[in-house]
Amino acid sequence: MFVINCPYCGERDQQEFKAGGEAHIERPKQPTELSDDEWAEYLFMRKNIKGVQFERWNHAHGCRKWFNMVRDTSNDEIKLVYKMGEKPPLE
Amino acid sequence: MKNKYSIFSLIKNAFSYHENWQKAWKDSQPKKEYDAVIVGGGGHGLATAYYLAKKHNMKNIAVVEKGWIGGGNTGRNTTIIRSNYLWDASAGLYDHALKIWEGLSQELNYNVMFSQRGVMNLAHNLQDVRDLKRRTHANRLNGIDAVYLNTEEVKKFCPIINTSPDIRYPVLGGTLQRRAGTARHDAVAWGYARGADDMGVDIIQNCEVKGIKRNSDSVEGIETTKGFIKTNKVGVVAAGHSSVIANMAGLRLPLESKPLQALVSEPVKPIIDTVVMSNAVHAYVSQSDKGELVIGAGTDDYVSYSQKGSHQIVEGTLNAILELYPIFSRMRMLRQWGGIVDICPDASPILSKTSVKGLYFNCGWGTGGFKATPGSGDLFAHTIANDEPHKLNAAFNLNRFVSGDLVDEHGAAAVAH
Repeated sequence: MFVINCPYCGERDQQEFKAGGEAHIERPKQPTELSDDEWAEYLFMRKNIKGVQFERWNHAHGCRKWFNMVRDTSNDEIKLVYKMGEKPPLE
Repeated sequence: MKNKYSIFSLIKNAFSYHENWQKAWKDSQPKKEYDAVIVGGGGHGLATAYYLAKKHNMKNIAVVEKGWIGGGNTGRNTTIIRSNYLWDASAGLYDHALKIWEGLSQELNYNVMFSQRGVMNLAHNLQDVRDLKRRTHANRLNGIDAVYLNTEEVKKFCPIINTSPDIRYPVLGGTLQRRAGTARHDAVAWGYARGADDMGVDIIQNCEVKGIKRNSDSVEGIETTKGFIKTNKVGVVAAGHSSVIANMAGLRLPLESKPLQALVSEPVKPIIDTVVMSNAVHAYVSQSDKGELVIGAGTDDYVSYSQKGSHQIVEGTLNAILELYPIFSRMRMLRQWGGIVDICPDASPILSKTSVKGLYFNCGWGTGGFKATPGSGDLFAHTIANDEPHKLNAAFNLNRFVSGDLVDEHGAAAVAH
C-alpha cells in the first residue's frame, strides 16, 4: 500500500493521506433519545475486521477531501475507492 | 520443580555436553475438556495460566496458541518496563506488575534478565515540561519513584544526548524512573511456559481458535484446528486479534488493531546504559545486551493485520534519533519489523468479564503491554478464577465505555500512543 488513488486527484503517495477509521457509521438521528449502551456502541465499538473493510480516508496533504475506501486489512490491498455519499458496493 | 536451574545443574550438564537438558515444556495435545482455556500463548496468556495454577489451584487448564509461544507481540516489542503512569488506576496496575518483575527471575527459576537501568522521558517544549512535572508529582503521591531532571541533569545521566538549545526540538528537561528498565522478552514467555507446564498446564501450540461455542448466556467451549475443546471458562489474551475472537462470540470491542514498528541496529560496544523515550518526537532507544540499539517507532493510523507498517513512520523516528543522538549518524539498521497492537479509545487496557458468562477478555494494551505482563497475568487469573475482578483491575472493565468512566492515558502517560 504505497500509492492511494484519490477519487479527486488520482494516484498519490500514501504519505499524503490520513486514515479516518470505519466508514458508514451513521450519526444518531435523535441523540437525546439514546441510552448509554447505544452511545457506547456509536462512539467506541468498532468492527475492526481482519479482511475486507470499509473505511474513510482524507487526502490531508492534497485536496483535503474525504472519500471512502474498500481495503483488505489482512494484506493492505486496496480494492476500491469511492466518493463520500455514494452507496457502498455490495460484495 | 522437576529440573531446577542452578550452578550445579549447569556443571552436571556440562559433563554431557549440554545435550541432555530436560525440555522446558512438553508438546501437549488438547484433552476433551478443561476447567479453563486461555486463548493466546504470549507473555500475558502464559502468565495468566501460571497464576491460575499457582495461586488459584486450577491445574486442569490449557493455553492454545495459533503459532508458537511468544511469537507475537511478546517477541516483537522493545522490552521497556516502567510504571510512571498519571492516573491512580493505571499507577496501581502498572506498579503491581513492576513489583512482580523485581522478583520474577527468582520466582520462575528462570533468568528474565530484568535490568533496572532506568527510563528517562524527555520534554521538548513548555507544555511537555508542565505535563512531566505534573506526572512526577502524581507518581510520587502514588508511591512510584520519579524525579524531574533539568537539561544539565539529563545530559549528565545520558551524555550522548544532544542538549544544544538550537536543535529543532531542544531538550528542556526530563523525568527519570530509576526502578524502570528492560527485560528479555522471549525469556518471559519461556519462563512462564516452563513454570505453568511444571504445574500441569497444557501448552498447545499450532492450534488456532476457529470459533467460540456459546448458548444464550454462557460459554460452552472452543472450536480449534485440533478439534473441539469443552470448557466453561475462556480467557482471551489475543492482542491484535482480540476483535476477531470477540466476533466469534458475537461481541464487539472498542478496539482498533494497528501496525507498530521497531528496529534494531548492528551491534556496537556499550554506549547507552539506560532507556530514553521522547514523546514529542516519538523516538525511544535502549541498547540490548548483544549491543544492538533497540529503537521503537510509532503506529500507523489505519487498521491492519499485515504485521507491516509504513516506511515514513520508520523514517520519522530515525530522523528524531539522529537529531537527538548525532553520534549514531553512521549506524546501520539491521532488522525492522511490525506487530499488530490493539488500541483502546482511552489507551488503557481491558481486563474484564463480558456479557457472556465464562468469557473474559484481556486486551487493549496497545503499544505498551510488555511492561505489564506479570501483573496482567496475575490480575486476569484472579478475574477468571473468582469471576470477579481484583480491586487493581476493577477500573479496567468493558463497562467503562458505557458509563464514561474512562482511564484516559492518551498523552497523560509518559508516551504518545
